Amino acid sequence: MSSWARLLAAGIAVGLMTGLSGAWSAERPRVGAAPAEPAAKMGLGREALPEEIAAWDTDVRPDGRGLPVGRGTVKQGDELFQERCASCHGEFGQGAGRWPVLAGGQGTLRADRPDKTIGSFWPDLSTVYDYIRRAMPYGNARSLTDDEAYALVAFLLNLNDIVKDENFELNDKNFASIKLPNAEAFFDDDRETSEKKFWNKDPCMRNCRELPKVTGKAISVDVTPDGKSGPKVD
Amino acid sequence: MRDKSRADLVNRRRFLSAASLAGAGIAMTRGASATDTTKPDPLITEVQDWQRYLGDGVDKRPYGSPSKFEKNVIRRDVSWLTASAESSVNFTPLHELDGIITPSGLCFERHHGGVAEIDPAKHRLMINGLVEKPLVFTMDDIKRMPRTNRIYFLECAANSGMEWRGAQLNGCQFTHGMVHNVMYTGVPLKVVLDEAGLRPNAKWLMLEGGDASGMNRSLPVEKGLSDVLLAFAMNGEALRPEQGYPLRAVIPGWEGNLWVKWLRRIEVGDQPWQTREETSKYTDLLADGRSRKHTFIMDAKSVVTSPSPQAPLKYKGRNVLSGFAWSGRGTIQRVDVSLDGGRNWQTARIDGPVLDKSLTRFYVDFDWNGEELMVQSRAIDSTGYVQPTKDELRKVRGVNSIYHNNGIQTWLVHRNGDSENVELG
Ligand code: HEC
Repeated sequence: MSSWARLLAAGIAVGLMTGLSGAWSAERPRVGAAPAEPAAKMGLGREALPEEIAAWDTDVRPDGRGLPVGRGTVKQGDELFQERCASCHGEFGQGAGRWPVLAGGQGTLRADRPDKTIGSFWPDLSTVYDYIRRAMPYGNARSLTDDEAYALVAFLLNLNDIVKDENFELNDKNFASIKLPNAEAFFDDDRETSEKKFWNKDPCMRNCRELPKVTGKAISVDVTPDGKSGPKVD
Repeated sequence: MRDKSRADLVNRRRFLSAASLAGAGIAMTRGASATDTTKPDPLITEVQDWQRYLGDGVDKRPYGSPSKFEKNVIRRDVSWLTASAESSVNFTPLHELDGIITPSGLCFERHHGGVAEIDPAKHRLMINGLVEKPLVFTMDDIKRMPRTNRIYFLECAANSGMEWRGAQLNGCQFTHGMVHNVMYTGVPLKVVLDEAGLRPNAKWLMLEGGDASGMNRSLPVEKGLSDVLLAFAMNGEALRPEQGYPLRAVIPGWEGNLWVKWLRRIEVGDQPWQTREETSKYTDLLADGRSRKHTFIMDAKSVVTSPSPQAPLKYKGRNVLSGFAWSGRGTIQRVDVSLDGGRNWQTARIDGPVLDKSLTRFYVDFDWNGEELMVQSRAIDSTGYVQPTKDELRKVRGVNSIYHNNGIQTWLVHRNGDSENVELG
């Protein structure tokens, strides 16, 4: 590199550095605990109308907030399910082919191959209602009525042995009282305490372990694309 | 790109330090050339077509595309992973990339209801819930707000998820390709929330997509007010449809599933919604049957992209080992590389910008004597977190968590230069 080119390069580097420290590494203020004074309004956007909010705000929370008034029985749900869901999820929610399994699996969460379903894994019934009404049936989302969604959730409770009576009616009044079996098994992210040892000031650099031995190879599983078939993965 | 012409340009000092990494007593051999170097090269002595005839004119490709010789540089999927292509994933070809920016067309895709194609004139963003005034914005409204440019990585929490039980897929594209790094242009979410006015009991936000999956996720309001962006551009141009055109959330350092695409609504509430994507999925099942939830942050991670199964070593002698490191907690402070399966480590050379919550590029310029290598990399971030081995991770997380596998990857490089994904014990 000629000397002027080197100078130029150094100049660019310095320019970059100062640019970077200004634009990139400056700590932006934490605004989480924002002061009470309201920010100046830009006057952009317009007020959302109640009909518009009602059209999009279909979400349901575990405490039942957001549930529409409505009802449906296990029996009604069974009929609907066979007609609109079973082609993918199977007659009993067992999953056709590789489509998702919706029932069963209780007691498998500590097994070698856990089966995570509404009955075995999901913590909240509200999720079933919220999700079915927003995303199912797959490819024809938001085509179910509120009552149909209640009936389907009731049937899924029945498929998962949480409700046994096929005349059971699920509605906005009794919904929040139904608890799913695995509800208590979830806890907030604790990595910064339970995995504290991964913060290590002095990671080993020399002679850190015994001579390593190869104990497994991807090639023996042979599931990389271009290969033929593979196992089912969630 | 043979060593012969390159060798003289190499910085001598770096050459020596790298040589010591490869182990004492390794001869600095020149790379074996494919052609006979005693005869003149016809590519030089004979006039080639492209040197004689005119090439295409300026308007041949109004929107440019890569050279036809790069046709293998594409996203690839693993068809057995999912039941349908509309709820599936493909992978960034990390082994073909350099620098830190992922070209927009190579950013991996993950959809739950296919790619929504939305006319920006027909897109609306609604803010409702615990706000002073629920609002509706058009894309034009959003583009009149103050905007900012930031480079961030996006990693799917399930990246490397197939590898929990042992080596499965041969190629960093498949083991690590659910990550990309993009410069976003967008409006800080805080600007939009301020416009609606948060009520004092606002604690959580729910982000919702306008696609056929209606993707919804809960986000703590503090995160929403700190560095979250509503992005309409990536790498200088409009978002690609598969990345959420015309509007997506950017949640720096946090798992990709939170970065809701085709963003149409943000609801403000006082507790999380417990949506399907934060209960049935994106919770981490541990060996004792309990599950971690709200594991938003992506732990520090790295991978060597070359050599790797899709990027074999072709020559003895000079070679460039390269890879990416990243952390959801801050910047990458250091990357160590081992060529002997984690027995001995040497600090790699970081090159290019080192940015907060961005991919960071590292290199080791080394000489290969044709011996078998067990290549690993280990990221250390600005909080002092050291990327753990896969076994260390399995001890605390079991093998059924699917998500958040940031363990150290090993590539076994054979004497013929091919490498494969292996598990060490
Ligand atoms: C064409 C196939 C198909 C049909 C029909 C269908 N589903 Fe689904 N279902 C899917 C797919 C695919 C997913 C996963 C989508 C994703 O990846 O996000 C899914 C997911 C689900 C889930 C969540 C599963 C989990 O473990 O997270 C539930 C619950 C569900 N469907 C219920 C229903 C109901 C009720 C119906 C009938 C009204 C229905 N589905 C019809 C394909 C289908």
